[in-house]
Amino acid sequence: MELKKDLPEIFEEFADARKNSFLTIKELKEKGVPVVGVFCTYLPREIPNAMGAAVVGLCSVSDETIPDAEKDLPRNLCPLIKSSYGFAKTDKCPYFYFSDLVVGETTCDGKKKMYEMLAEFKPVHVIELPNCQNETGIQMYRQELIKFKELLEKKFETTITEEAIRNQIKIRNKIQKALHRLQYVMANDPAPEYGLNIVNTVYGSGFHMNVEGLADELNAVTDQIEKEYAAGKNIGKRPRILLTGSPSGGAALKVVRAIENNGGVVVCFENCSGMKPLSPVDEENPDVYDALARKYLNIGCSCMSPNPNRMALLEKLIDDFQVDGVVDLVLQACHTYNVETAMVRKLVKEKKGIPYTVVETDYSQADVEQLNTRMAAFLELL
Amino acid sequence: MISLGIDSGSTMTKGVLFDGSSVIAHRMLPTSMRPGEVLREICAGLKSSDTEMVVSTGYGRELLKDADAKITEITCHGAGAAWLSPGCDAVIDVGGQDCKTILLDRDGQVTDFLMNDKCAAGTGRFMEMIMARVGSDISCLDSFVEGCSPIPINSMCAVFAESEIVGLMAKEAKPGDIVLGCVHSICRRTAVFAEKITPSNPKIFFSGGLAQSQVMRQVLGEYMKGAAIVTHPLAQYTGAVGAAVLGYRKLKRRKGNNGA
Repeated sequence: MELKKDLPEIFEEFADARKNSFLTIKELKEKGVPVVGVFCTYLPREIPNAMGAAVVGLCSVSDETIPDAEKDLPRNLCPLIKSSYGFAKTDKCPYFYFSDLVVGETTCDGKKKMYEMLAEFKPVHVIELPNCQNETGIQMYRQELIKFKELLEKKFETTITEEAIRNQIKIRNKIQKALHRLQYVMANDPAPEYGLNIVNTVYGSGFHMNVEGLADELNAVTDQIEKEYAAGKNIGKRPRILLTGSPSGGAALKVVRAIENNGGVVVCFENCSGMKPLSPVDEENPDVYDALARKYLNIGCSCMSPNPNRMALLEKLIDDFQVDGVVDLVLQACHTYNVETAMVRKLVKEKKGIPYTVVETDYSQADVEQLNTRMAAFLELL
Repeated sequence: MISLGIDSGSTMTKGVLFDGSSVIAHRMLPTSMRPGEVLREICAGLKSSDTEMVVSTGYGRELLKDADAKITEITCHGAGAAWLSPGCDAVIDVGGQDCKTILLDRDGQVTDFLMNDKCAAGTGRFMEMIMARVGSDISCLDSFVEGCSPIPINSMCAVFAESEIVGLMAKEAKPGDIVLGCVHSICRRTAVFAEKITPSNPKIFFSGGLAQSQVMRQVLGEYMKGAAIVTHPLAQYTGAVGAAVLGYRKLKRRKGNNGA
């Protein structure tokens, strides 16, 4: 596949995909295509995709609806949870509006309780996500995925065959491989691009409804970056930062901007809109549900206890991306990521021997100046 | 060869002239509502004909357009403390609007830092507010609490702490006891915060306006077991001193490069 546009335009297009797909969803909906709204990377999109549903991400990343949410929810709660609930309640998010079914998982405590309240005015199905990644957990998650499939079949009066799921696994694996490849262009030093462009492209790809063509589209972007890099285009030598922690899309991208506006570059995102959920599903496994359960349950989110996969991935990424320093972003009141900062600090400082800092923030823009100072100071010590 | 360092803080703007071995002039003015103007005023007042390098730091550092370099207050506080008190392991700076702990290595390089910029109860502003509340001024803190015994202040928030103090005053508690309670509250908080990154038995350089108070230094030392708390008459100028020292090093490097 050959790109007909320049990279800046392509990045823009991907970054705006969330907005631009509103119309696509409306059209799909009018054609009778079911819309399934999901919150979390733990959910295998393969299953709803297998019945031909459009799958959209509902995790909300703006502070627009937080005041509405705070009428029902406590103030001292994670902004992602408040924002998501607020968008659902005010019907300000077309994805929520068009969703025939909203699927949540029992990830963190705040989300679990929020889904209970959401269920009062939206059709919600909550998948019980085990918090331990052992065989018992995998078997339980497998059962939960089968239950989810059966619920979809009943609600939408359809049949989801294993063959259809297997086919979607192949498509999804290709997409994840393409996302992996795209992000690994940043392992080059000097970096070919700003991290903000890469993460926006990755995040935006989640709103592309043409699932089958997506891998090719992403690969074309990577080809173009590699071609221009080979021809000598890059952003120059800069301190190389790995960003880890809570989901960092939307308003929380202010942290990425603070790093890149002060002379650094975010070469790698170890979070759910970055490298975290990209390991492949085993296509050889004859039991598709077992294969899905194994891949998805093994995502290294801080809601798992213990959470060794995050530490292992962090170590690998620090090496692969030649990282100079690690910034751990914790959304306000995100307890599990906040507690894990102590473990990540130990890994980064003691084992890897590179600087580490934590920023706690929310979706408001009130702390942009403080973030600038902190990130500039962190870059000065590298 | 002279360098000028200017620290535009939230409350005070400070400037120092540095000749490579000592601070030859220093000046401080309230930042007020016009930080840019005050910054330029200090700069014009201190700058001599042989000043070859100007470095600005602090929240208003971007306002001095013709500065040769702009460096964050974290790096400058580190460099300033290492110069004012060679061999210190960490800096605790209680500033007007934030509180920071900066860890230094043997060469005085910053290796880590923590910043509390979310909560007013751990800042100099809090003490300023309390002193105004009891009808005195921050500069009189030491004499105000002499011979007093602290009343515990439990509120974690500056606004609620003030309500708590109003309540205590209504019970006719001794103002000095209340203020000393606040000193304990801020020092306890600062110690817990700093000990997240400081090594054991550290030599701590205490900077910022509150470091001038003997009672603050003493109470902070009580909460940080094993720590030696040191300061310097120029402690309030630590950021500006650091900016000037870093500027002087830049100047020397530049001359060295030109000479080679």
